[in-house]
Amino acid sequence: MGRPRPEGADVTTAQAQAPVGTDPERLELLQRRAKRFNRREAVAGFLFISPWIVGFLVFTIGAMLYSLVISFTHYNLATGIMRPAGASNYANLLSDPNVALSLGNTLFYAVLAVPLEIVFALFLAMVLNRVGRGAAVFRTLFYLPKMTPAVATASVFLLLLNGNTGAINTALGFLGIQGPQWLIDPAWVKPSIVLMTLWGVSGTMVIFLAALKNVPKDLYEVAQLDGAGPVRRFFSITIPMISPTIFFNVIVLTIAALQVFDQAYLLFWRDQGSSAPEASLFYGVYLFQEAFRTFNFGFAAAMAWLLFVIILLITLVQTRVGNRFVYYEAENS
Amino acid sequence: MAITDSSTGQPSLAAQATGVEIAGTSPLKRRSARPLPLIGKVVLWLVLIAFGLLFLYPFAWLLAASLKPRGEVFDNALIPHTLQPSNYATVWDQLPLLSWLGNSLVIAVLAAGLVTLSSSLVAFGFAYFRFPGRKILFGLVLATMMLPGAVTLVPQYLIWKNLGLVGTWIPLFGMNLFGSAFYIFLQRQFLLGLPRELFEAARIDGASYLGLFRRIVMPLSLPSFIIIFLFEFQASWNNLQGALVYLNGGSPSNFTVPLGISYAMTTFSPTNGGHGDYQYVMVASLLVTLPMLLLFAVGQRYFIEGIATQGRKG
Repeated sequence: MGRPRPEGADVTTAQAQAPVGTDPERLELLQRRAKRFNRREAVAGFLFISPWIVGFLVFTIGAMLYSLVISFTHYNLATGIMRPAGASNYANLLSDPNVALSLGNTLFYAVLAVPLEIVFALFLAMVLNRVGRGAAVFRTLFYLPKMTPAVATASVFLLLLNGNTGAINTALGFLGIQGPQWLIDPAWVKPSIVLMTLWGVSGTMVIFLAALKNVPKDLYEVAQLDGAGPVRRFFSITIPMISPTIFFNVIVLTIAALQVFDQAYLLFWRDQGSSAPEASLFYGVYLFQEAFRTFNFGFAAAMAWLLFVIILLITLVQTRVGNRFVYYEAENS
Repeated sequence: MAITDSSTGQPSLAAQATGVEIAGTSPLKRRSARPLPLIGKVVLWLVLIAFGLLFLYPFAWLLAASLKPRGEVFDNALIPHTLQPSNYATVWDQLPLLSWLGNSLVIAVLAAGLVTLSSSLVAFGFAYFRFPGRKILFGLVLATMMLPGAVTLVPQYLIWKNLGLVGTWIPLFGMNLFGSAFYIFLQRQFLLGLPRELFEAARIDGASYLGLFRRIVMPLSLPSFIIIFLFEFQASWNNLQGALVYLNGGSPSNFTVPLGISYAMTTFSPTNGGHGDYQYVMVASLLVTLPMLLLFAVGQRYFIEGIATQGRKG
């Protein structure tokens, strides 16, 4: 809690209504009144949070349980009838090669995207942090892609990434590099999406920038007096001091990467055929197709549960590993 | 992730409400303690300018391509050889762009307005009142922030389907009636920064709990209200998956912006029997991006402050 609540505040209010008497009957009355006041406060509190409670019960817990039930059925959308399917949907997770394929693609994408996003965002934040005056202009500029709707980003990058005439390969051509067929060559599908993601990395950058501002300057001065060079200062001061923020960003970006959908859908799966069907089938896309193209709800629900468990496990492992490296003292200073 | 009852003080918003210096903008003015040598400064600025140009390039390309005739879209010239502003009129005629913008605007305003109000009510409940189970419940709020949206996508669709509301706009903002975890967190942090005496004094003056919300929380929370509203407005404007799930297959004039642009990409792409008129897609993309850039121009510091707050959750 941010503010300690004065102990016995309610009693004080009650006292204002009836001054404290010495006789036990009066005291008991007072105590009861204080208690009733508390109950009224509690009821009011519950009323204020009731929208969230309803939403949580229906659209979170209710929805998850509903999806658990569906995952053990074959659901017919037209008739609304659920036929029990036992564990066959879960068995199909193993036998359907597209599940393993899309999961592999998604994990590969996450492993590629998250570290690059972290490094690039931290790099930009450190440059901005170092510049001082004038940084605000560039911070604004770097933030513009974040404001651009994913559809607009995708439609521009669809053309920029064109293997034959796109601007990116033309630029690479000037440097004497033969650019790849970004959107067709299976090896370059994920890097294409990573490139788009990096263009919109400024949200992460702003979070890093805020963390860098909070690193006490005197730490650097002392380290410099002790003869620590810039590299040493970076690894011995900056990284430990912002480690909670790095940890936070890694977790949030990982969860986002494992659910990647918009860019993959827009670049590859708007129409029936994809220009790189195997390499661009991400888990979120396949789940979406199974649910809303073939209306295979039971299977899609099982897929969703698998994703949930995977994300939970990855987050748990990251937390375990993170707790060993994250320097939480920074928050207390 | 460790869900901490975050007491990492963040008085900046509250300070803002009470007239103290705005933390969101001031840190940039703080100069570094160690002056850089000139050469370092030059390198730093060159790096910044280079990346600035890289980040700007797609925008410039978009603008240029939107003004080019069909055959020149891929010439990558930032100044079109042949200027064809009539693209804009053509797109305006061929696509129900005005409907898309209008639909998205209505949905985004409803989504943002509802979530601002509901999240603030809930946040006030968590920040001010003492009731049994408060800590556990707030822990659950934080936990739902980590819940992947894909997990509830299918059952939520079926809930709306059973209510007979698929195909309407209601699923695109209806859940905002119930508050949203991150906004509840943000608003609660803000309220904890307000002096408690403010509320106690109003109580003694006979204000009801709802009165506290109306007379103290609402007027003082303007900065955080703006943050929540802007964030949700942007999220709603970008919501492609929701539109695909709930509106796809209906009449194009009922589409939202993301669904509409996706539709335009397919309509004008060469693979789908279209003519590869990408300049029209560029026009449409540009026109739906402009409102967001405008929003950022107006509310930049709120966006930055809101994003920075996200990092303080952990």
